[in-house]
Amino acid sequence: MSESTSSGVLTTADGVPLKVSLRRAVRRSRFKALLLVAPLLLFLGIAFVMPIFDMLSRSVANPEVPTHLSRTVAALEDWDSQSGELPDESTYAALATDLAEGHENRAIGRLSSRLNYEQSGMRSAIMRSGMASRTMEPPYKEGLLEAHEAWGQLETWRLIKRESSPYTMSYYLAAVDMKLSPEGAIVDVADNQKIYQALFWRTFWMSGVITLLTLVLGFPIAYLLANLPLRKSNLLMILVLLPFWTSLLVRTTTWIAILQSQGVLNDMMVALGVIADDARWQMIHNKLGTIIAMTHILLPFMILPLYSVMKTIPSSYMHAARSLGGKPFLSFRRVYFPLTIPGIAAGGILVFILSIGYYITPALVGGQSGRFITNYIAYHMQTSLNWGLAAAIASILLFVVIIFYLVFNRLIGVDKVKLG
Amino acid sequence: MFKKSMLHHAILACSGVSVLGMAAIVQAEELNVVSWGGAYSMSQQKAYHDPWMEKTGDEIINIDRSGNALAGLRSQFEAGNVTWDLVDMLPADAMIACAEGLLEPIDHDAMLADAPDGTPPSEDFVEGSLSECFIPQIVYSNIVAFNTEMFPEDDQPDSIEDVFDLENYPGKRALIRKPINNLEWALVADGVAPEDVYDVLETEEGVQRAFDKLDTIKDEVIWWEEGSQPPQLLADQEVAFGSAYNGRIFNAMVSEDQPFEIIWDAQVFELDGWVVPAGKLDKVEDFLYWATDTQRLADQAKYISYGPARESSNALVSTHAETGIEMETHMPTYPANFETAIPKNDPFWADNNDELTRRFNAWLAQ
Repeated sequence: MSESTSSGVLTTADGVPLKVSLRRAVRRSRFKALLLVAPLLLFLGIAFVMPIFDMLSRSVANPEVPTHLSRTVAALEDWDSQSGELPDESTYAALATDLAEGHENRAIGRLSSRLNYEQSGMRSAIMRSGMASRTMEPPYKEGLLEAHEAWGQLETWRLIKRESSPYTMSYYLAAVDMKLSPEGAIVDVADNQKIYQALFWRTFWMSGVITLLTLVLGFPIAYLLANLPLRKSNLLMILVLLPFWTSLLVRTTTWIAILQSQGVLNDMMVALGVIADDARWQMIHNKLGTIIAMTHILLPFMILPLYSVMKTIPSSYMHAARSLGGKPFLSFRRVYFPLTIPGIAAGGILVFILSIGYYITPALVGGQSGRFITNYIAYHMQTSLNWGLAAAIASILLFVVIIFYLVFNRLIGVDKVKLG
Repeated sequence: MFKKSMLHHAILACSGVSVLGMAAIVQAEELNVVSWGGAYSMSQQKAYHDPWMEKTGDEIINIDRSGNALAGLRSQFEAGNVTWDLVDMLPADAMIACAEGLLEPIDHDAMLADAPDGTPPSEDFVEGSLSECFIPQIVYSNIVAFNTEMFPEDDQPDSIEDVFDLENYPGKRALIRKPINNLEWALVADGVAPEDVYDVLETEEGVQRAFDKLDTIKDEVIWWEEGSQPPQLLADQEVAFGSAYNGRIFNAMVSEDQPFEIIWDAQVFELDGWVVPAGKLDKVEDFLYWATDTQRLADQAKYISYGPARESSNALVSTHAETGIEMETHMPTYPANFETAIPKNDPFWADNNDELTRRFNAWLAQ
């Protein structure tokens, strides 16, 4: 195909230099490959990258005050929030104009919700003043003070000045039980309002316990799966996979039927005389319920990676270890177990990350004490409608998962992971 | 003609004779109505939806999402795809949604039917109940009910204090997973007069007092989130007491013969009604005009023990449609039930709900 020309450059039959031709061919095949994965990339972009980007931007976005109180924000530029004096009449006039306009185009609803997150009472302050400002005449200071006493308090004005930037840290601070004091310093919220730190911690330690339990329960099963004769191991595999194919909701509600105080297990125990009828075990709607149900539900995610690794360990290794004089436990610990570590690692990280993000099961069987941080993300999305806070909590969760992944990668190496 | 009910329709569509059904849908309107589900949606179905579908051939689709109606509306507007045509909502949520521009403003006198004697709607509806975007339907009440089988016949509980009295009335309590109602009841049980409850709650000491009182029963409480849960928990005897919407308990009592009793003491009552998502007025105004007239509101009270929001409907309220019992004594507004009633204070909760809910959640998680 190629020949050497006088100048020493290799060319193809049609005279194009070989290098160029090669490069073209590679480019063409790369382009084809890209076309093949394009649908997936597009899907990932729309369904994964964009929502995450949206979430991250929502967790710091603060458009309400700068947009709907633009005149007031401009007028507050020159006001010194530490001066101890209320802003001047022109600021009050700007506020009255902003509120009247906001009332007209129905923008003050969002504004009042936003400010009420920071300070109780701001909702009615904004709504009432918005109504009043439509017909307000100068002097505006008196008019606004008459509409609501909040406009005579320094904190209100400091709050507006503080939240006048289009970005805010308030949501992230709230997500870790902190807030900005009126003076602008970061402080802890009152003890009777602290909730998220404990919830993050609980989510992590309970996920850890669940991961450990799936490992303890799943390891022998995976071993059996890998080592039993084919007929028996196939049956066992079906037993592992059947629950895996059953709906998550069905499996969760089945646990309710089994574990509740009037449930199957308690009834049996009472019938057998193990416990008295009025001392039934409380096994559900608490931490125990969450741990039991989630361990069961996540078990296949541990068994399958373990199985795929164990399948590749030749049984001759153990025979060799035994024939070289190793006691059963020693040969297991020194030979077999180290070979299963990639499987343990894969199963562990899979179960742990899945359980950190679990939401339906803790909501149904977790009661009060078995709830995860994810249940509060759902709560802020659906009930309290504080989407900024929901985004901030979710972002923190995302960062933590990424950190776990990086640590895992450092210690074990993602390339060693086998998923089946 | 063959459109008797949604079920009928579903059967038609499923069984493959859908051609006829589809043709009918195309010429008639399809209305997505969001409501609370359970016994309450059933009462609306029978009083409003079925007769309306019979009359016009419209198709009314029930969506049980009122528990999260405000969030649903917001996300639909955010996504630019509003599929709900009419929403059943609490007045406090309606006020917020209205201020956010999610709802159509309503001119009550121009858009709703007069009473039979010609009284305009603005005078016929319960005083102070009409707000800019809100059309009230019913007066309902939050009450505590109990299962009579769980207490001796000669010592049945009858006040809110008894709900907080674990010694004389032991057993689990099902309460709503919100500060609303619970804080009010805790104060009443602690000796505050029903009419002073919100004055006390305005102060930090008052809130602390309410939480302290709730602390005394915290270990015995199962917290519920859906209105259908407390009747179920009571029927299963998982709890002895359950806070609930009075109509759901009524429904369980008369239609399912459950041995429940309502404690009317310190009932917290409020309104519930319709709102129209912005841009949907043309689609629903005919239905709205018809479904909120005097007769229709009175009809709904045949199926569930919620008081009609129109004065003129009250005279038409008679007996329960299925069992024939007199509805009057089961209504929240019946004088004997109403003596210690607390009107829910919307402005208070509009301002303080964020903070008190934070505190309530933190208290729950402790």
